[in-house]
Parts: sequence; structure tokens; C-alpha cells
Amino acid sequence: MSQAIAPFPEVDHQHAVFADGMPLDCGAVLVPMTVAYRTYGTLNAAKTNAVLVCHALTGDQYLAEPSPVTGKPGWWESIVGPGKPLDTDRYFMVCVNVLGGCMGSTGPRSEMTDAQGRGLGRPWGTDFPQVTIRDMVRAQKRLMDQLGIGRWLAVIGGSMGGMQVLEWAATYPDHVLAAAPIACAAHHSAQNIAFHEVGRQAIHGDPDWAGGRYWEDGRIPARGLAVARMVAHITYLSEQALTRKFGRRLRGANALTFLEDVFEVESYLRHQGSTFVRRFDANSYLTITRAMDFFDLAAEHEGDLAAAFRGTATRFFLASFSSDWLFPTSESRATVRALNAAGASVSFVEIASDKGHDAFLLEEPDFHAALGGFLRGAAEKAGI
Amino acid sequence: MPDAPQDIRYVAKNMRLDLRLIAEMIPRGAKLLDIGCGDGALIEHLTREKQADARGIEIDMAEVTKAVSAGLAVIHGDADNDLAFYPDGGFDFVVLSRTLQAVEKPREVLRQMLRIGRHAIVSFPNFGHWQLRWRLLTRGRMPDTDTWNRPWYETPNIHPCTILDFMALCEMEGYRVEKWLAVDERGLKAPWRRSVRMANLFGEQALFQLSRTG
Repeated sequence: MSQAIAPFPEVDHQHAVFADGMPLDCGAVLVPMTVAYRTYGTLNAAKTNAVLVCHALTGDQYLAEPSPVTGKPGWWESIVGPGKPLDTDRYFMVCVNVLGGCMGSTGPRSEMTDAQGRGLGRPWGTDFPQVTIRDMVRAQKRLMDQLGIGRWLAVIGGSMGGMQVLEWAATYPDHVLAAAPIACAAHHSAQNIAFHEVGRQAIHGDPDWAGGRYWEDGRIPARGLAVARMVAHITYLSEQALTRKFGRRLRGANALTFLEDVFEVESYLRHQGSTFVRRFDANSYLTITRAMDFFDLAAEHEGDLAAAFRGTATRFFLASFSSDWLFPTSESRATVRALNAAGASVSFVEIASDKGHDAFLLEEPDFHAALGGFLRGAAEKAGI
Repeated sequence: MPDAPQDIRYVAKNMRLDLRLIAEMIPRGAKLLDIGCGDGALIEHLTREKQADARGIEIDMAEVTKAVSAGLAVIHGDADNDLAFYPDGGFDFVVLSRTLQAVEKPREVLRQMLRIGRHAIVSFPNFGHWQLRWRLLTRGRMPDTDTWNRPWYETPNIHPCTILDFMALCEMEGYRVEKWLAVDERGLKAPWRRSVRMANLFGEQALFQLSRTG
């Protein structure tokens, strides 16, 4: 199966190179470090209208334009653009491919370098150092400095993007006027780690993974990566959404024949799995899922989540979705309570939706109105 | 409205009268928490007109969404469960308007309000009003008025009290009543400042400002 799949299209993503590299939480230093990013809208003269959007696990920097890899529309095109809630006529939107990713930022698919930054003529693969959510944020901070932006008007993100938002607010409070962590949590739960581990085991168990050195002969562990994506995709949806979209319908038949029957939901998941392997690197997937699992903001502050935000002047907006069981409302509420304990200014809504975790990417007018209103409020405060 | 105070004329017309009266009590630049803030009318008014740092808690998600969409710092939550998470003395004022009678544990909510705020402002519909007494006396049925308009089996107002009841609770808990007033059916300040019993009979709404003693 894997032999038939063409290797990734090589795309030259817009990027900045930091030749001096960056030390990571694990102690390793990435020299040099490349940060791929895209921007939308215009930075004003005072550089006060910049908004950072952080993408989720398998997202990328192509926020509001077709992906050069898949040709599909940008992942948040529904709300980012002229006149939309994240209005590119007013705000300068920046989106960065995370460290460890496979869309241009330094990651397992990049050429491995030694401590002096000399290329070793092979990809990092499984030798890529384990990065953390905080490392991803530090890399974004380096780009922020290079762009000459002193303070983000807002940092916004859902799911793993929301984890980055929380980390931004905790690590660089003076650089974040407003923070919008959406459908996320201040740590990855045991259940979430468990689902990730199933995905990782599927990749490890694929003979084509070859101990992580699949790049040597141009193979990819397509079967394992596809199963990982299928499992993950189930966690992004809700039972109601699956029932509404597929029910027990069969593909190409009206009744069970007990022969070659395929339920529509199976066919859908297989399609999700097979398209994913054409755009995502398996070692990147392993690296980034691990970074999410390691995330525990309270642990970075002696177990006290409120301590991460004490005295902060950042304004917060949290939103959860009622049918999201991957990052349920209770997780967002726990973060809200910690922010209240820290004396922070917080807005929080739970949006009624049957679309599960994915709702943050989909058409949810109440969510879009609330997020847009929060951003306008922050912009007003900043005098924009 | 000849006896309405001068400084509430600029208040948005759609703001409830009890909220206008509360807004008068809040000094410029105060930090406050409005519990049961609805769509955030009071918060928005105080933020714009008095440069207050005003935040809110609301239990009705549709109202929360409206408030947040207007850029206000409002969270979905309720008085019974969320106040415990705020730090001591975090606010100058904590406001609870027309909500005390609907919370599960009114006494605990008041304690929390005076823990997290230096002053508590509480408004509630007075169950001692003559119309309620009269209807109960003459009809023998639970009152059905403009304020108390839901049947007993589905009213959210599970802890109604009178002005006298509330004053007794304040005394028992050792709270100082810094200000109080009763408002008649038209929302005008009732002229029974000197007689609590008259206020308890003719005041439809009561408004109290409390602080801790000692």
C-alpha cells in the first residue's frame, strides 16, 4: 500500500530562519531553527493590530487561503477574512506552523543538524528532540520579535492551538492583550493521552514505519498513520454528529447482505485516513501528539493553575462546545475558575452544538459572534 | 418622573429601574462583579459611563452569548457554585440583582459576596408587599402578580423573603446595612425610609448595600 503513495509534494513555505537556533525544554538546541508562517491583512504603523492564531494538532499556517499541499480551503476561512469576525481589514493575522510540524517549520522531516548547525544529509526522523507546547510558543515569540510586534492584540486558537494560547498568556503575559483559548484544557487528560497512544501504536506497528527510518527508502507508514487519524477523527466528532451524518446507512446498498457491506461511517473514516497520510508526516504526528500529552500548565507552576495567571492584565475569552467530549466544558470551566482565582478578566460561553470537538472549525454563528465581539472589545480597549 | 435623581437620566432607556438605582450607588472606577448579570446592561453602563472594571456571571447561556458578543467580561456560571473560586476582597462591589430569591443557598451566597467584595449590593422582590398578602388572604392561593408570575411548581424563585426577613438575616450574620431603600410598583423610590414596616408593606422591590462589620 505504502509504495503506491507518492512522497509529499515539496513546497517552499514562507519562513524565517533563526541561525542562532533555540534551546528547548528538553535541553537540546535546534540550530538553526526555521519558522514557517503566513500573514493576512496589514500591520498598522503602530504595530498594534497583530493577532496570532495558533493551529491545532494537524492544522497548518494556511489559515485563510488554500493549502499549497492539498488545494483545500484554509482551515479557518469561514471566520478569517475581510468583514468576517476575524476581520483582515482591521487586524493583521499571523499563523505559524508549529515547531515539530511538517509544513515548513523545523520538525522531524527537516534536515538533521549538529550542535553547530551543520546539515547531516538526512532528516531528523525519530532523532528529532521532543518539543513541548512551550517550545512551540517560544518559537512563535522569536518570529514576533523579528516582525517587530511588541504585543499581540490577541492570541487565538482551538484545541492544541488553545493550549498554545494558555501557554502564551502564562509565559509572556506582557505581550498578550487578549487571549482566546477555545475548546481546550490546561492539561491533556488521561483519556486523551490514551487515544493518542492508540494512534502512536498503530504507527509503530506498521512494518513500513521501519523504526522511524521510513524516509530512507521513500516509504511511509500509511496504514498505521491512517488508523491513527481514524481513531483521532472519532474523538473529534460526537455520537449525535455521526448518527446525523451516517446513521447505520450502507454504502451502495439498502439492506445488509452479510457479504461485502460497508457502512457509510466506515467508508468516511477510511477516506479521512487515506487523505491524511498524503499531507502529514508520521514522525511529526508522533512528536506533536507527545507534546500535547506532556502539556500541563499547572505543573509548570507547582500544581497551581491560578499561579500561572496571577496578576495578569490579559483579557480572556474561553468557549467550549456542549457535545465536545475530547475537551469537555468541565475542562474550560476549570480554567475559568483558575483565572477568576487569579483575578483575571474572563468571558466564557458554552456553545450548544451537536458537532463535537470539531465544532470550533465549523459553522457556529453564536461562537463566531462571541469571538468577534470579544476581539472588537479588546481592539476598542487598545484604541484601534 | 419628578423625584428621580438627576444623574440617572443618561442611563439607557431599556435598563431596568432597579439597575439604574444600583448604577447610582457605584462610584467611578470601581471594580465590581455582577452576579446574574443577564445580557450585561449594568456592566456595559458602568464600564462606559463610570470607567468601572465590571465583570459578570450569568446562568442563561443565551444572555451570556449576547453579553460576550458585546465585548463584556461575562462568564457562564451561577451564584451557588462559582463564587467560591474568587479570591478574598477581589472586588469593591459585588452585585446580586433580583437573583437572591432564586439561588439554592442564599445565606452562603451572601457570605461569599461579602468575602470577595468590600460591599454587597442586593436587590430582591419583596414578598411582604400588600398585594401578595391580600391575595393569599382572600383567595388562599399562591400569589400571581407581575413580579411573582410563575406557578409555584415551576417558579425559579425558591427562596422568597420579605424586607423584614432580610434585615433579620443581616443582623444574624452581623452584616452592616449601609444603605437600603424600597421601590414601589413604578420603580420609584418609596418614601418609607423611616418605617421599615411601611416599606415592607408597600415596597415592591428592595435594594440593600451591605458590608461586613469588624
